[in-house]
Amino acid sequence: MVRDHAGRLAAALVRLTGDFATAEDLVQDAVEAALVHWPAEGIPERPDAWLFTVARRRGLDHLKRQARYRSKLALVQWPVGPEPDDRLRLLFTCCHPALPRTGQIALTLRAVCGLTTAQIARAFLVPESTVGQRITRAKRKISDAGIAYRMPDPDDLGQRLAEVLAVIYLLFNEGYLTTAGDRSHDRDLADDAEFLAALLHRLMPGEPEVAGLLALIRLHQARAAARFDGQGRIVQIQDQDRRLWDHAAIEQAGALIARAARHRRPGPYQLQAAIVACHAEAKRWEETDWPQILVLYTMLVRLHPTPITRLHRAVAVRYADGPEAALAELDQLGDALDGYHLYHATRAEVLRATGRPDAARAADERALALAANPAEIDLLRQRLQWN
Amino acid sequence: MKYVLMFADTEQFAADLAAMDDAERERAYGRVRQWFADHADKITGHTYLMPPDTATTVRLDQGEPLVTDGPFVEGKEVVSGFAEIDVADLDEALRLARAWPGCPVVEIRPIAGA
Repeated sequence: MVRDHAGRLAAALVRLTGDFATAEDLVQDAVEAALVHWPAEGIPERPDAWLFTVARRRGLDHLKRQARYRSKLALVQWPVGPEPDDRLRLLFTCCHPALPRTGQIALTLRAVCGLTTAQIARAFLVPESTVGQRITRAKRKISDAGIAYRMPDPDDLGQRLAEVLAVIYLLFNEGYLTTAGDRSHDRDLADDAEFLAALLHRLMPGEPEVAGLLALIRLHQARAAARFDGQGRIVQIQDQDRRLWDHAAIEQAGALIARAARHRRPGPYQLQAAIVACHAEAKRWEETDWPQILVLYTMLVRLHPTPITRLHRAVAVRYADGPEAALAELDQLGDALDGYHLYHATRAEVLRATGRPDAARAADERALALAANPAEIDLLRQRLQWN
Repeated sequence: MKYVLMFADTEQFAADLAAMDDAERERAYGRVRQWFADHADKITGHTYLMPPDTATTVRLDQGEPLVTDGPFVEGKEVVSGFAEIDVADLDEALRLARAWPGCPVVEIRPIAGA
């Protein structure tokens, strides 16, 4: 809820005052104040008005010297009626390609989602000062390099939207399975990614790739409860208890994908969502529609001929065409993916399926040596022990 | 807002240009001239530099001033020229840079104190 109001307030203040950096700082102050006062005093009846009042008061107190900004702020009233949702402009600005990825992420989380610098730091397991620097640099770049606070022109919209989706996707992946540190599952970032995707979908209903990403995230969230056991260990999809899946959410995500498909503009997020939907709609692992999944992966590889996409396709080949065929695919990826633990883990499984336990063991050991996530390390260790 | 667009040649681009016959090269220069014409209202100045082997570098942090042959950047990408532009914001500058038909690297830097 803070997230919703903070984002709206940031967007509104930037629009009303024309100063991105200062408006964002004031909202941040208001959010921090809310996090202190609301748990103690209860959530106010009009939380948006409360945040606005705090932000405005701070602005008037602290900006004594900047007369122009101050007078604008003094005139601003928090509107009582419905406001146009300005967060789209905010989101596109925070995700401008001229900003470094780390800056895009930190700024989006703060300005659009209302996270504090401390919360962002904890989510990414970096020092607070690092996040602070990233945000300061990003804001300075926006002002010094002349990044305008406006929606991109229609000609640029495709590329700019791709950048926004990439940021949201990264956030979701980071939240889904953090790659650093002790925590193997951080759900808040995945939540924020879903929030952003849903917001974007609401404000851009005609963009099928946005719907695709939203469906993809919701399909993963719908099965999150089954992904880890009581001890925080990974449960692989073939072993998951499908009764723990949110089947209503899965069905809704499927409907979202179908509606998006009517636009007849396929893209990587729609395809990935369709693949995950195939998995999620199977009643049992044994009933997974692998030929359909393989068709979708083949299309995805055509759009995104990256080694990792081809790796995922190789898994589909294994189940649709058999492990020998999959091994042939995997061997082609050796050079590109030698440093990637999941490449070796996948190869190990396939080698085992073709009856080569020694080679499989060697591949598992290589995977273990490269893995960084504690839950994955655990899983790989177990595999080595059992095989 | 005022920016400088710095154009940089890569080794590959320089090689490709040298390998062209005169007619092809003339067409390539023609495309560049067209770019300057198309965006004349936004371009406030431009400079085309002689090739990198005509450059001389002076280093002043080595005790005595050190004079060497060649550009200061010892890399495969060398500045070949620059244009000053005056546009509304970075997105407009990016649009100009994306349309550039010449060398494959363009840096956009705001002009200080402008």
